[in-house]
Amino acid sequence: MSKVMEEKTNVRNEQTKKPEVKSEVKKEKTNSIIEVNDLNLWYGSDQALYEVSMDIPQERVTAIIGPSGCGKSTFLKTLNRMVEMVPIVKTSGSIKYREQDIFSSKFKEEYLRTKVGMVFQKPNPFPKSIYDNVAYGPRIHGVKKKEILDQIVEKSLKGAAIWDELKDRLHENAYGLSGGQQQRVCIARALAVEPDVILMDEPTSALDPISTAKVEELVQELKEKYSIVIVTHNMQQAARISDKTAFFLNGELIE
Amino acid sequence: MDKGLQSEGNMIDVQQMIENNKKKKTVGERIEKIIPFFLLLCAAVSVLTTLGILFTLLRESIGFFSDVSIVNFYTGTNWSPWSGEYGVAPLIGGTLLVTLIATLVAVPLGLMAAIFLSEYANDKVRRIIKPILEVLAGIPTVVYGYFALTFITPMFQSIIPDLGIFNALSAGVVVGIMIIPMVASLSEDAMNSVPNALREGAYGLGATKLEVVFKVVLPAALSGIVASIVLAISRAIGETMIVTIAAGATPNLTFNPTESIQTMTAFIVQAATGDTTFGSTIYYSLYAVGMTLFVFTLVMNLIAQYISRKFREEY
Repeated sequence: MSKVMEEKTNVRNEQTKKPEVKSEVKKEKTNSIIEVNDLNLWYGSDQALYEVSMDIPQERVTAIIGPSGCGKSTFLKTLNRMVEMVPIVKTSGSIKYREQDIFSSKFKEEYLRTKVGMVFQKPNPFPKSIYDNVAYGPRIHGVKKKEILDQIVEKSLKGAAIWDELKDRLHENAYGLSGGQQQRVCIARALAVEPDVILMDEPTSALDPISTAKVEELVQELKEKYSIVIVTHNMQQAARISDKTAFFLNGELIE
Repeated sequence: MDKGLQSEGNMIDVQQMIENNKKKKTVGERIEKIIPFFLLLCAAVSVLTTLGILFTLLRESIGFFSDVSIVNFYTGTNWSPWSGEYGVAPLIGGTLLVTLIATLVAVPLGLMAAIFLSEYANDKVRRIIKPILEVLAGIPTVVYGYFALTFITPMFQSIIPDLGIFNALSAGVVVGIMIIPMVASLSEDAMNSVPNALREGAYGLGATKLEVVFKVVLPAALSGIVASIVLAISRAIGETMIVTIAAGATPNLTFNPTESIQTMTAFIVQAATGDTTFGSTIYYSLYAVGMTLFVFTLVMNLIAQYISRKFREEY
């Protein structure tokens, strides 16, 4: 059982190395980390996305706004193929992550999700300790040594600007935290696998104004290192935090 | 004008009806008061029955322990009541042996079935398989007993030639099969109630299906799963018909599953249906064994309740 897991992890690590080399070259050429071309998406016979084409710039915040039901969350979930968890979903068109087609059979969705992390609308920590929450990602990808995990956890929590608040409570259950803290632990959890892109699906809609401000501030800090795509229904928020704004209406990209 | 009169007339009628009703109310009020007592009585039936059984068990056991010392009863290793030996250990051993075999069969199979149903099966498959699985729970245990004796035992005999006709192995395996639906169904409920957001969170970190199942869903549902297992074990301890038919009637303190044994329940059946004279020591030993059995299942049920209460607080 564990042998199989290890083998898998090795395969994954190999995969990780290859594109990294490529990306160094690409960085010079293009500033887009993800390119979406003519993306159509259907839930069964209902089309949810129509001919969407857009580029996600590197190390910038891209906001996606639009009325509810316009397909913005669907679009976001397509970027890391989470949308395929609904079995009736069909897509056409292409999404390229660092020039690689994410829909090609060579590209494993689990690998994609280590590169394109996600933060959800409602904070969804696992019912485990804060430490185990953040260490979950590295652990499933084969990091076993405690010292390394300790470092990753500290670095990730610092990255999510919550280390100082929680450093003495690492082994408490994450369910005991406030909603805003939970959401930042979830961001730390996403950071722990060191993705390039972080997708955020209305990350502040379940939070109070103070927590919202903290998360927004955090997004600003994160764009130093990460490319962020954030879905929001709040125009002001989009204006405050984003470098590029896309407006969706009825499954079409308007602007 | 006409309308106004009519509606006024109606109103007077309604008021009249209320007035009239008020006079009848005395009967109605009495019924209102009696109903709760009646309902309480219905609820009390099962509680009082339990208390009654417990009382009888205790009283008759005390009668028994005045004949046979309680120390001898629980420390003796020889159970042959017809020659005056009352060491209950062989019966307890028989019960535990069958329960152990049943658990070894039911827990892995039931858990795997639950994982399949909750995490892998689509709605259509689940809607077909789950009811079929639950039908297993509806088969009369006497049929299971027969099945163990006439199908499982001959099958095992072709693998283990010196297996007796009556043996703990077949009985244990079939008791295990009987409790699979319990483990599977309750564990599936526990896994189903794990919020989808947790699964998504793990998928979002690049976890595979297997990693999500074993590192998120199972730990989150653990207490529900443990509670289901404990309940199933409690059911296996109390199981009577299968062991009476398939495990034999030889009180035998052994951990060799190929031998014939006797469980506590099977002894009770044997003594209660045989020619035991009322008031004899054997007759009273029934109650002492029944009391011991009751304590076993009670403890298991309390453990299950405790665990599932803890489970409710988790998320």
